[in-house]
Amino acid sequence: MSFQVVKNIDRRKRRSEKFAFGLFRALSIFVVGILFVILGFIVMKGASAISWKFLTTMPSEGMTGGGIYPAIIGTFCLIGGSVVFSFPIGVLAAIYMNEYASKGFLVSFIRMMTNNLAGIPSIVFGLFGISLFVNTLNFGDSILAGSLTLGLLTLPVIIRTTEEALKAVDDSFRNGSYALGATKLQTIRRVVLPIAYPNIITGLILSIGRISGETAPILFIVAYFTTKLPKSIYDQVMALPYHLYVLATSGTDMEKQRPIAYGTALVLIMIVLVINLMANALRRYFSNKVKMN
Amino acid sequence: MNKKFLNKLFEKLIEGVITLSGGITSLAVILIVIFLFKEGFGLFGRSTLQDDMVLAVNKSNPLSRIKAANVKAIFDQDVTNWKQIGGKNDSIIIVRIEDIPNYFKESQLGANFENLAPCINHLTDSLSGVILFVPKKYITSSFKGKVLPEEKVGLVDFFTGKEWYPTAVPDSRFGVLPLILGTLWVSFGAILFALPLGLAVAIYLAEIADSRIRRMLKPLIELLSGIPSVIYGFFGLVVLVPLIQSIFNLPVGETALAGSIILGIMALPTIITIAEDAMRTTPRAMKEASLALGATRWQTIYRIVIPYSISGITAAAILGIGRAIGETMAVLMVTGNAGVMPHTFLQPIRTIPATIAAELGESAQGGIHYQALFVLGCVLFVLTLLINLGVEYVSSKRKI
Amino acid sequence: MAKIETRDVNLYYGDFHALKDISMKMEENTVTALIGPSGCGKSTYLRLFNRMNDLIDNVKIEGEVLVDDEDIYRKGLNVDELRIKVGMVFQKPNPFPKSVFENVAYGLRVNGIKDKHVIEETVVSSLKHAALWDEVRDKLHKSAFELSGGQQQRLCIARALAISPSIVLMDEPASALDPISTAKIEELIHDLKKDYTIVIVTHNMQQAGRVSDFTGFFYMGELIEFGRTVDIFTSPKKHQTENYITGRFG
Ligand SMILES: Nc1ncnc2c1ncn2[C@@H]1O[C@H](COP(=O)(O)OP(=O)(O)O)[C@@H](O)[C@H]1O
Ligand SMILES: [Mg+2]
Repeated sequence: MSFQVVKNIDRRKRRSEKFAFGLFRALSIFVVGILFVILGFIVMKGASAISWKFLTTMPSEGMTGGGIYPAIIGTFCLIGGSVVFSFPIGVLAAIYMNEYASKGFLVSFIRMMTNNLAGIPSIVFGLFGISLFVNTLNFGDSILAGSLTLGLLTLPVIIRTTEEALKAVDDSFRNGSYALGATKLQTIRRVVLPIAYPNIITGLILSIGRISGETAPILFIVAYFTTKLPKSIYDQVMALPYHLYVLATSGTDMEKQRPIAYGTALVLIMIVLVINLMANALRRYFSNKVKMN
Repeated sequence: MNKKFLNKLFEKLIEGVITLSGGITSLAVILIVIFLFKEGFGLFGRSTLQDDMVLAVNKSNPLSRIKAANVKAIFDQDVTNWKQIGGKNDSIIIVRIEDIPNYFKESQLGANFENLAPCINHLTDSLSGVILFVPKKYITSSFKGKVLPEEKVGLVDFFTGKEWYPTAVPDSRFGVLPLILGTLWVSFGAILFALPLGLAVAIYLAEIADSRIRRMLKPLIELLSGIPSVIYGFFGLVVLVPLIQSIFNLPVGETALAGSIILGIMALPTIITIAEDAMRTTPRAMKEASLALGATRWQTIYRIVIPYSISGITAAAILGIGRAIGETMAVLMVTGNAGVMPHTFLQPIRTIPATIAAELGESAQGGIHYQALFVLGCVLFVLTLLINLGVEYVSSKRKI
Repeated sequence: MAKIETRDVNLYYGDFHALKDISMKMEENTVTALIGPSGCGKSTYLRLFNRMNDLIDNVKIEGEVLVDDEDIYRKGLNVDELRIKVGMVFQKPNPFPKSVFENVAYGLRVNGIKDKHVIEETVVSSLKHAALWDEVRDKLHKSAFELSGGQQQRLCIARALAISPSIVLMDEPASALDPISTAKIEELIHDLKKDYTIVIVTHNMQQAGRVSDFTGFFYMGELIEFGRTVDIFTSPKKHQTENYITGRFG
């Protein structure tokens, strides 16, 4: 042997590894703990407030009593409205980026813009919505204006997930279709989309989760309080997250409002939770199916 | 034949729609820029005085202009003598339009205040220490006092001013420095604890946990990012704020600290996900080479994996900060919203997004306050744009 | 006494039976080549000796693996100690994203050696040992990625030698290199033989013939034939070996 330097086995490094790994494990448990503390707290406090009546009656007594029915309805209106707008355009945009545009400057530019759009703070969307939809286009404080604002906000989510779904479709499928003489559009419609659609739907569900919880963009558009249910897209509605904000920070009687606020928070959390579970289940279901094929 | 042609036409049409859709995000970004700047643009050069009002002083007053900050000090009665702001030694008499009846009899003013203008004229002329704040229409051509030139909102003042009193009378003050610093302060605090914590979890997920635990943890982390910010704000308000108040024995618990903690929690999923993805790109062969040399997994992590994925980790940190800077509802609910310069974490603070959220509702469309809030939006937009470009730059600069 | 010995080793990746009853002995200061078609288990077998397979989930190992007559899979064995004794060079050059110097010094540092002079001396002598010194003496503090592929691979060999192993495992060390670099590596292996016991995986018959004293032929997780390289190449006992060597399948 020419030289021999490592004679003593360094035992400290094992000890520091043990320590570091223990620490990281503990911190990870801590982070998950935060989640459970928040969820647990809201569930515990909110459970007693929730009843069928709570979900289906109007707020009353200056929001110190009654239910949250109009806020629930309003939130679903906003979800519906924004999805109708952002889902088709988002999917088409992703199709353009993944299937049509030649890789190069244009695509990286669009991707950069999409990233930028995703990075814009939601309150800025709120300003934009007020300026363009409410004032310039004169939609007023309406479902339409709120939906368009929220739709814009979720566009990047839909585009990204759709793009990923399309990317996951192996090129051999496309080539096989072309070989049979199909046009590009036919290939996309009959081959690519059917394979990619579960993941696209997952993206859609996630974006619904995002819409249902966003407050800042519609802060100036949705109603503080109304007992009228919307009849058209030009009507104003309440929304769950904003309602929670109002209940938590302003109003006539904080003491009496608190239980209602907890109940509203729980309903909101349930919606998000259910949506997340759905997306996960869908993802798992379809990935199993792909494996089986 | 005809049908084939129609089909072809239809196909072209659809492809046109697809192509147009491709530009939607670019269009959206451009529109956002245009509309933010359009609404906010008129702010600079605009008078900070209330519309259709004037400030006037006695003719003998040596001051030919008074800075808006001093006007505010005068009307807040922080300044009571002209010499305090460089005039002669004379105590200041503030006269607002509603004060006029104190100086004149009803008969002098006229039954329908038709003699208001001459009365104002007279008052200004007779009181040497007067400062007058009245509607413009009462200043006639025979006015014997001195109308002060209006202060305009200047770019420099806007960004270096330390006072944000958008609705102060007579002169509103638009100094965004405390708001910008407040935003950065809270975000800085958030990242201070979210970054180490997030990296620890990312390392755990990427390198330590076995796949079963990873598959369990990942959805939970995703869920953390799915919780609406208003819920975080609510939780902060009812749990964290009272806790901070009692621990530190403060008059109010709504503090920068509360904001930082909540923002930190909200930034965690971003940091964890991106940092973990970055660490996962470390080639297996490189890690194996390290282990084969007798390094422990921990040594491999901090000597190989972290240096290798440092650009991704940096991107995670920057995006985490970006998330914190733009967050509105949670900070609005827990930071107390006092527009003062930040000194500690135990004081109330006000951020840019919270300011917009709190004030836009009560500002008149097209008014100076409204415009100022849109300029704040522009500031926020530029901040986040810089952050995005920073991320783009960092991740394009993959080391070696 | 054999330097390395395996007795009836079986290895499973989950349900997949990757190594089947492998028994083999390798003597000190010899070069043993492992050959066989791709996927037959050569790398898996090689990675037994420094317990690299431990890192993979769901691996089950049966039988005995002895290094210096010590069962390296026994409970309480210090894996660090084993890996210092058993160096490894990988298929593709995989230098760390560090300078040339730090690459070689890495093994010393992680094993707790801090003495600057010792580190410097060892780095230089390892680079000389790996026949790389003359080419990199001016680039010691440049990034290792600036070296050519062949130089990178010799750097990886120097890196392995720096912690003075007595065994060096090489998994197709020249497969990603050009012929000239390959020749240099082969020459190097020849020189290293007097100080180290070398086990090399290769799919290149000529290479096995040139560098090794003993050859084991693997097929579908089984050791078909093992013996002196000259014998295997001139008079294989099994017709599968013969077919493989003459290129009739593979
Ligand atoms: N981590 C692993 N998990 C599951 N199977 C593996 C793994 N690594 C290798 N295998 C399988 O074990 C067999 C032997 O692999 P390997 O030892 O790499 O072959 P060789 O090096 O001879 O080409 C192959 O069939 C391979 O697919
Ligand atoms: Mg192999």
